[in-house]
Amino acid sequence: MDRIDRDLLEKVADLHKVPVGSFNIRKNGEVLARNSTKEIEIIPKENKSGINIKIKSGVKNKSVHIPVLLTLGGFKDLVYNDFYVGDNCDVTIIAGCGIHNNTCKDSQHDGIHSFHIGKNSKVKYIEKHYGSGDGEGKKILNPITKIFMKEGSQVFFESLQIEGVSSTIRKTYVKLSDNCLLNIKENILTTDSQYAKTFFKVELLGENSKCEVVSHSVAKGNSIQEFVSNVIGKNKSFGHVECDGILLDDARVISLPKIDAKSKEASLVHEAAIGKIAGEQVVKLMTLGLTEEEAQQMIIKGFLNF
Amino acid sequence: MLEIKNLSYSVDENGVKKEILKNINLSFSDDKLYVITGNNGSGKSTLLKIIMGIEKQNEGDVLYNKKSLTNMSITERAKEGVSIAFQKPVTFKGLKVKDLLDITAGKSHNLSAMCEILSKVGLCAKDYIDRELDERLSGGEIKRIELAMALSRNAKISLFDEPEAGIDLWSFDNLTQIFSNNKNKINIVVSHQKQILSIADEIILLKNGEVVCKGEKGKVLPLLDGNGCGRLRGEQNG
Repeated sequence: MDRIDRDLLEKVADLHKVPVGSFNIRKNGEVLARNSTKEIEIIPKENKSGINIKIKSGVKNKSVHIPVLLTLGGFKDLVYNDFYVGDNCDVTIIAGCGIHNNTCKDSQHDGIHSFHIGKNSKVKYIEKHYGSGDGEGKKILNPITKIFMKEGSQVFFESLQIEGVSSTIRKTYVKLSDNCLLNIKENILTTDSQYAKTFFKVELLGENSKCEVVSHSVAKGNSIQEFVSNVIGKNKSFGHVECDGILLDDARVISLPKIDAKSKEASLVHEAAIGKIAGEQVVKLMTLGLTEEEAQQMIIKGFLNF
Repeated sequence: MLEIKNLSYSVDENGVKKEILKNINLSFSDDKLYVITGNNGSGKSTLLKIIMGIEKQNEGDVLYNKKSLTNMSITERAKEGVSIAFQKPVTFKGLKVKDLLDITAGKSHNLSAMCEILSKVGLCAKDYIDRELDERLSGGEIKRIELAMALSRNAKISLFDEPEAGIDLWSFDNLTQIFSNNKNKINIVVSHQKQILSIADEIILLKNGEVVCKGEKGKVLPLLDGNGCGRLRGEQNG
């Protein structure tokens, strides 16, 4: 691992060294390091690029890291990762992709992930995306995430785009059974002429299934962000979608939250607010001694939870 | 000593000049609690905002220990020791109570320091420091945190705009205790509330942007309407 690898790993997975337990570090389409444990097995796929991650029933307080690094300009990486989480688990999965591109050719990573969550299991899934390097080549990330939740399971999905990603289209599909809870928090920062589109389709199939999708976006420069969500209530269920965007410079944020109550027992809410930083917030922080610029930075940092 | 000299403030409303404050002259000594009262629209809140630098007067000067604050920004005044607790506190999505308390002190607090600050307003730090200062807190909680932030700044000039508004179940006695304890500083409170007027050292009555009367509580309080509505006895509403 060189300095760039270490920097990317720290940014996307908070890793300062090779982690303990199960992990799979992928670099430029190859395995850089891998470790399987009895409880969390990592098995390479035979017919295509990617891994199967099998978490045994009853595994609690364990984590698995599967970061991806891309440091070759002009490289396009496509990977399929499938997670099979047993029943009654409580685990944290830390994914994320860091692209360093110093060339004039585009680099791209498309991670196609599926999660099969067993009954009454609780999964925290953290995915961070980051780009660095001064080349003109774009840093592109187009992940697709499919989550299938069995009865009583809970998924807490944190998706962060820290900085430096030229273009991203992220699609997430979730199906919830009875008594499932889904909580998605998405925080995206775009600058310059970057583009980010996120799409969520959440199907509340089970009785008493609940979902909360909260998207916070900050768009600077000439960047454009689009948020599209579709929450469908097909049973006695509850769904809440919130999309807030802060605009700076000449940036644009487009929000299209759709809610569809196919069952009369479904209760669905969406809220969306886009605008510049509230002047009264800046003034308040100035009265506490911050300069106008410090106040703005503080507001953005808190809003994005970085 | 804080001095306000020949201060006037007006706004342009559809091409018509509307005077909000007219030739105000006041002085505030250290270690005293001043309560400014008056009907809605009398200019009380605007006066506080001008002292903080949020609004800028058209004429006149604001001096602290003979030094003019007039050309100072809000930040510079804050650093000079002026603080304000707003009537309607501002909320922040994503900023936690502890983040804001750290800003007020310019350093990171430990739990016991946060306990000390928040217990002054009757809140238990453990229940609040990791919560975001947003609408998921009740109006009363937000208001108390606003007061706690102002108090934790150890300001030389503390401005409180209607601190009793929306204080919910927390008793008035605790609130008045806060001002009584905030000694050796200039405390200026805007309020209609009789109980707050009763703990003032001096009372200033504003009407239509002018100082109608001012002086020690013992002199001014008997002149005011018994309901503490911010007007002189016998005066009609409005």
